[in-house]
Amino acid sequence: MKVIVPSMLQSYTGAREVTAEGGTLGAVLLDLDRRHPGLRFRVVDEQDRIRPHVRFFVNGELVSDLGRALAPEDVVQIVQALSGG
Amino acid sequence: MAKPRKPTVSSRRTAASRRTVLLVATRKGAWIFRGDGARRAWTADGPHFLGHVVHHLVLDPRDGRTLLAAARTGHLGPTIFRSTDLGRRWKEAARPPAFPKVPEGERGRAVDHTFWLTPGHASEPGAWYAGTSPHGLFRSADGGVTWEPVTGLNDAPTFRAWMGGPQDGTPDGPKLHSIIVDPRDPAHLYVGMSSGGVHESTDRGASWAPLVKGLEVVEGLDPSNIAFHDPHVVRQSPADPDRLFQQNHCGIYRLDRPSAEWVRIGKRMPRSVGDIGFPIVVHPRERDAAWVFPMDGTSVWPRTAPDGRPAAYVTRDAGRTWRRLDRGLPREQAWWTVKRQAMTRDDRAPVGLYVGTTSGEVWASRDEGERWACVARNLPEIYALETGEPSR
Repeated sequence: MKVIVPSMLQSYTGAREVTAEGGTLGAVLLDLDRRHPGLRFRVVDEQDRIRPHVRFFVNGELVSDLGRALAPEDVVQIVQALSGG
Repeated sequence: MAKPRKPTVSSRRTAASRRTVLLVATRKGAWIFRGDGARRAWTADGPHFLGHVVHHLVLDPRDGRTLLAAARTGHLGPTIFRSTDLGRRWKEAARPPAFPKVPEGERGRAVDHTFWLTPGHASEPGAWYAGTSPHGLFRSADGGVTWEPVTGLNDAPTFRAWMGGPQDGTPDGPKLHSIIVDPRDPAHLYVGMSSGGVHESTDRGASWAPLVKGLEVVEGLDPSNIAFHDPHVVRQSPADPDRLFQQNHCGIYRLDRPSAEWVRIGKRMPRSVGDIGFPIVVHPRERDAAWVFPMDGTSVWPRTAPDGRPAAYVTRDAGRTWRRLDRGLPREQAWWTVKRQAMTRDDRAPVGLYVGTTSGEVWASRDEGERWACVARNLPEIYALETGEPSR
């Protein structure tokens, strides 16, 4: 499926749009990390908690459960809620 | 910028053969300043990791080439970057410091940032230690590529209690720092925890014991409670590894092993200045010499240069007397804050001293603090300075 990554993660992917596979949001992130090592830990901590300021959208819907089931035609977007100076 | 001064005889002698790099870690990236042989001219190389919060940038003295950077951003999790060619190319750690995953339903710890990096013993190439926020000690055996928790500290129930929670640390979270590896014995380690005390291990970190006797705590708190102890930084004397110096939240101390009782040597500082501050720097060859950079610890603890007049203070008699060193520094209206990692030295003769401010200036002295000059300004908030001598 298509995954859209924000600019601060494109040092890992080299592109704004990449592909990854998996039946859940968590599985997609693991596959993304296999393809782009290091990416997952920047957005999900070692306790599998989504980091502050990180949001995942599936087909435009905010999803905060890594167990959320996904279909191959879904579009995942990783968004960083930028703040601070 | 101050006018360069004529180099000393000793610096002329070493100019052809020795080069010092100054590693600057800031809230918005890292810089490598390369000094000429006399340490008079500095060339900026950077920014590296612009926009990343870089807490520490350290050169491995065992090879003179490997750099480790502890980084995160305001919005991305923490990691370690590694370069084996003095910062030309960087590669991220394959497994950065991270706590073990806990079973479902339990509240597990997560590393917010790596705060401190210490190269391992000279006999153990590739060994590194990392201290994190919240409190955690981690070890790498492969040059910083992968990291494992030191469970003897991180998971010991008594230590978990002393580590406290987020409210017990610095405004930027609890910090495990001052990881010291005894040059005589790789199994002998010290660490400091803000807050949570100073601790010693003689078995490579498998077990630990507090080392807080003689240290004071904030008035009204019980010094027998290890959690209340707040060492800001601890340094071991290279000239005498049995001697430790400490800048604590509550004063300046010295400890001469095998004694286990710290002595408050800051009482001899001028009363108008006090002995509150963050960094302490120890002479590489003289066991009695150390420098501090006092901060205002009165009233609401501004933690700025007392009276707006920054100065280093040096002792050359193990803390019996202190002397003010402010020649070349601003004389007034300079409300500097210097963090615990933001004062360092080199190994040269005479020793070079370096101070970085939260207002983004680096000041240096090539003569052990007698005269100071600004060598960089307009940088982001400086978190840490380190020096190193690159291999050729």
